[in-house]
Amino acid sequence: MSHIANMILKRIALGILTLFVVSLIIFLATELLPGNFAQEILGQSATPETVAALRRQLGLDQPMHVRYAGWLMDVLRGDFGESLANGMAVSDLIGRRLGNTLYLALYAAAIAVPLSLALGILAALFRNSFFDRFANASALTSISFPEFFVAYILIFLLAGAGGAFPSMANFRGDPSFGEYLYRAFLPAFTLTLVVTAHMMRMTRAAIINLLASPYIEMAQLKGMNPMRVIVKHALPNALAPIINVIALNLAYLITGVVVVEVVFVYPGLGQLMVDSVAARDMPVVQGVALVFAAAYVFLNLAADVLATLSNPRLVHGR
Amino acid sequence: MGLITGMFWLAVAIVLGLAAGWIFRVAVVAASPRPIARELRTAPLTASFGMLVILIYIVVAVFAPLVAPFPETEVVGTEYQPWDDVHVLGTDNLGRDMLSRLIFAARNTVGIAFITTALAFILGVMTGLLAASVGGWVDQVLSRAVDVLMAIPALIFALLLLTIVGTSIVNMILVIALIDSTRVFRLARAVAMNIVVMDYVEAARLRGEGLLRLNIREILPNAMAPLVAEFGLRFCFVFLMISALSFLGLGIQPPTADWGSMVKDNATLISFGDITPLLPAGAIALLTVCVNFVVDWQLHRASGLKE
Amino acid sequence: MLDANDILLSMKGLHIEGRTDEEWIEIVKGVDLELSKGEVLGLIGESGAGKSTIGLAAMGFARDGCRISGGEITFDGINMRTASEATKRGLRGRRIAYVAQSAAASFNPAHKLIDQYSEGPVKHGVMSREEAESDATDLYRRMQLPDPDSIGFRYPHQVSGGQLQRAMTAMAMACRPDLIIFDEPTTALDVTTQIEVLAAIRDIVEQFDTAALYITHDLAVVAQMADRIKVLLKGEEVEESDTRSMLASPTQDYTKSLWAVRTHARPEQPPVIEGKPVLSVRNVTAGYGAVDVLKDVSFDIHPRRTVAVVGESGSGKSTTARVITGLLPPRRGEVLFNGEALPPDFRRRTRDQLRQAQMIYQMADTALNPKLKIRELVGRPAQMYLGLRGKALEERIRELLSLIEMEPGDYIDRLPSELSGGQKQRIGIARALAAEPQFIICDEVTSALDQLVAEGILKLLDRLQGEFDLAYMFITHDLATVKAIADEVVVMKDGVVVEMGPKSEMFQPPHDPYTELLLSSVPEMDPDWLTGLLEARATAADN
Repeated sequence: MSHIANMILKRIALGILTLFVVSLIIFLATELLPGNFAQEILGQSATPETVAALRRQLGLDQPMHVRYAGWLMDVLRGDFGESLANGMAVSDLIGRRLGNTLYLALYAAAIAVPLSLALGILAALFRNSFFDRFANASALTSISFPEFFVAYILIFLLAGAGGAFPSMANFRGDPSFGEYLYRAFLPAFTLTLVVTAHMMRMTRAAIINLLASPYIEMAQLKGMNPMRVIVKHALPNALAPIINVIALNLAYLITGVVVVEVVFVYPGLGQLMVDSVAARDMPVVQGVALVFAAAYVFLNLAADVLATLSNPRLVHGR
Repeated sequence: MGLITGMFWLAVAIVLGLAAGWIFRVAVVAASPRPIARELRTAPLTASFGMLVILIYIVVAVFAPLVAPFPETEVVGTEYQPWDDVHVLGTDNLGRDMLSRLIFAARNTVGIAFITTALAFILGVMTGLLAASVGGWVDQVLSRAVDVLMAIPALIFALLLLTIVGTSIVNMILVIALIDSTRVFRLARAVAMNIVVMDYVEAARLRGEGLLRLNIREILPNAMAPLVAEFGLRFCFVFLMISALSFLGLGIQPPTADWGSMVKDNATLISFGDITPLLPAGAIALLTVCVNFVVDWQLHRASGLKE
Repeated sequence: MLDANDILLSMKGLHIEGRTDEEWIEIVKGVDLELSKGEVLGLIGESGAGKSTIGLAAMGFARDGCRISGGEITFDGINMRTASEATKRGLRGRRIAYVAQSAAASFNPAHKLIDQYSEGPVKHGVMSREEAESDATDLYRRMQLPDPDSIGFRYPHQVSGGQLQRAMTAMAMACRPDLIIFDEPTTALDVTTQIEVLAAIRDIVEQFDTAALYITHDLAVVAQMADRIKVLLKGEEVEESDTRSMLASPTQDYTKSLWAVRTHARPEQPPVIEGKPVLSVRNVTAGYGAVDVLKDVSFDIHPRRTVAVVGESGSGKSTTARVITGLLPPRRGEVLFNGEALPPDFRRRTRDQLRQAQMIYQMADTALNPKLKIRELVGRPAQMYLGLRGKALEERIRELLSLIEMEPGDYIDRLPSELSGGQKQRIGIARALAAEPQFIICDEVTSALDQLVAEGILKLLDRLQGEFDLAYMFITHDLATVKAIADEVVVMKDGVVVEMGPKSEMFQPPHDPYTELLLSSVPEMDPDWLTGLLEARATAADN
């Protein structure tokens, strides 16, 4: 038991270390700027005074490690600096939108995860049947679609003239939960379609991979029915890859929202990021990138820990 | 348009597509030398259809100036003209010919995606094989570096880097190639790791073979099959990423014709029930689907032959 | 003899096909088989004989990519070819059970042994969960597993291979079936472990009067277990008779040739009086991480002689080879070649030092790069070490192929995948010869091959040794191979040399106790051998 606790602690330490290095990369990103960033941002309106002011605002007049230490301390306190575009605190900008993005991701995940697991298991059970081929071809197709294509098709079919759902996610007037679900349906459904296919395919592949194992044949030769063979004998051993693919897709949900948010004008982090990149509003880009990266690192970490816990060889030592 | 009629036309399209795939397969099998024909005969209809479409895309991209009725960037009509005999697919938000831009975009978008993927592959495969064949600290350093780079989501990382270096085609190619090469590295290293432990590699090392020959003669030929399939997958990924960036207005810049930005520029029409803006999106989707169909067949074949 | 009412399983004109690439190929070609209640029938044959496929067909089961294409299979009056899946599921595990070759792979790693034991009886409605658990403990005890009360609550990876194989036999017994299919149940085990498992299986089958199909490639093993033996070759029956008469007087040439292999032995060369050894291993201690796999190992190999290094898995024999080749630098000690110390790491060795010591691998499949043609596989060492180019190289390759008895014109442009297992191993030998070495390490070179093919390889190695004055280090776990080829024997156990000396002394008492155990555990072609051995060991233990 101490062995596995040790492994998990190590993995968590690695996660924190990774996050630290990621923060360093994101910070250093500003350092790698070609030429004079401040001047470039200010463009036409650059005068020596404004450039100097901006450099001071960005802290570019101090040595690098000092700035990094200061920046990291601020970030840990929740202070991401101020937006260059409108002078608002980046933490306020992010805080307001983080909730929306998380809602959307959770909404999509709540549909996509159970749906894809069920479909994946069924496809493995009825492999090579018509259902399996159909599910596979549709999955392959929907993986291949750009998110905005899926989104616009849904808008075309379900919104627009006489459509049942709103094509713009409008949250004015503090909607109730049910109202929220209704208004955010199209973006959530788009995301669901995009990730379900991938998860389903991987679940199916993880199970089918195991079906050639001798212990699966053994279960069949013990007279177990196909459903039991899959659920009781294959699934527990396929957990690690399945957990990984779910984590990957949840991470994707959080970042894949960028495009979907733009299509539906959904007030989330992705929208904020895109606007800030266009305006080269560095502090905001840094802040949002850090939040996304942290979510990503955390999900991968959680997946690894869960996968470790699902492996009896690791949980029950020799 | 009702859902039912939509489904009907979808079914018709699928049947026609598969039929085209079948005819294409028969034609190519008849025209190819025997060993190739034998492999092609195992292609499912989806893959045949995929190959046919990829071929068409390539032809259109190469001969774009000959195929397109109007120039790429010239304003030839009023804004948002509907479909008619002159402008078969109407005009866009600035009054440029939609069909011509669609055709030129094949060249731009596909070409850029291909170059980017190729760069990512050269970088990723070389470092991946190096890490696996040398091992030790070289492997440790490369792998840890890639781990960290992969800890930042691809699209977000691309956005971050593009903010710094500014949006231009060359910058985008380099940024995406760099990000994507980390994924290629992972796979190339994993595949090579499985080969490096083989006795024939040990035998070559014990014979005293140098690193270059070890990689080129012993490891690379045996890693080709999964790497080729991966090239298809990475191409799709890169292609979708470039389209997404262009859609967000941060990728290929106007006035260069590009499918992603064409969707963005004309998106307003969709709310009015006009499907024109869906065409460039559909062009992206169709190519990705087709590449995936071919890759799927190849992967299936590779795994089937192992048994 | 065979009373019609007593017949439990019968197969008539059984045909089974397997799918390769695009077509179906027959792998079982019209086999008849009858088995009475309580009888044990041994199915014996080399790989590709179709014996496992027949065993599974008895359960109405065909693996993916196989199909039963003709003939009748009747189990206790039930037609297994027309029975519904549900009927067959009802029989499997309950009335016909299966014991697989590798228990380690055939137990589900995610569940405890006792859960897997109980699954059959509970799902078939034979017992309640509590009954099944107490029954499991009882059977574990009968199978002489250690800690029968608690061993069931372990996961498969927590139990050793020999114990797992017994636990699997117990699991097969759970519903007290009428018939058990044993598919090479001891092939993956070391000889000393094999004995215990064989004894346990034989006991339990007798106790419950269960009928069995015992599938194996090892004649001596089947002689202990079966009442009758059926010999198969490439999906067809060669002959069948009761065990004693089969062993005493096989009628078919093929069967006789199988028998003959076991008796081949080359004459031992006169002992070395003096002279410098080609290779000396001096006080080598080596290992991975903190563990020492080899402890103070020393031995010499003289020119033109074959030294067999014998031991079971984990004895350190392969690690010794890794130290000699320089893949694993030792912690202490050294390796001398013609009296000169070799650099411990192969990367520090000169090209000539690398050339002088070559290696032939166990699995020819993984030892030959599948993407290179024979020309390059065999030609590369000659090109690299001897600087041969163009015509001279081509001629040398052809000469080498002739030496290993393969027609150069036919094979020089083939890929390894276009060769049989034995031919691949021959290419491995040609590659080693191409370097013109003094010394070759042969790592279990025959253990993946069928007996007759293995025999050909041994004879070839024997001949080449005489022609090119080679010294061999022969790593093996198989004492029959040792008898066939060795001049001297080094016995290893747990990383230590237990005993060494000329072969003639090795096979004569007195022995070191471990050598004794090893030697006495090798099955002999005598149906009473196991009984006799167990009695002898029991008496020895009592005294």
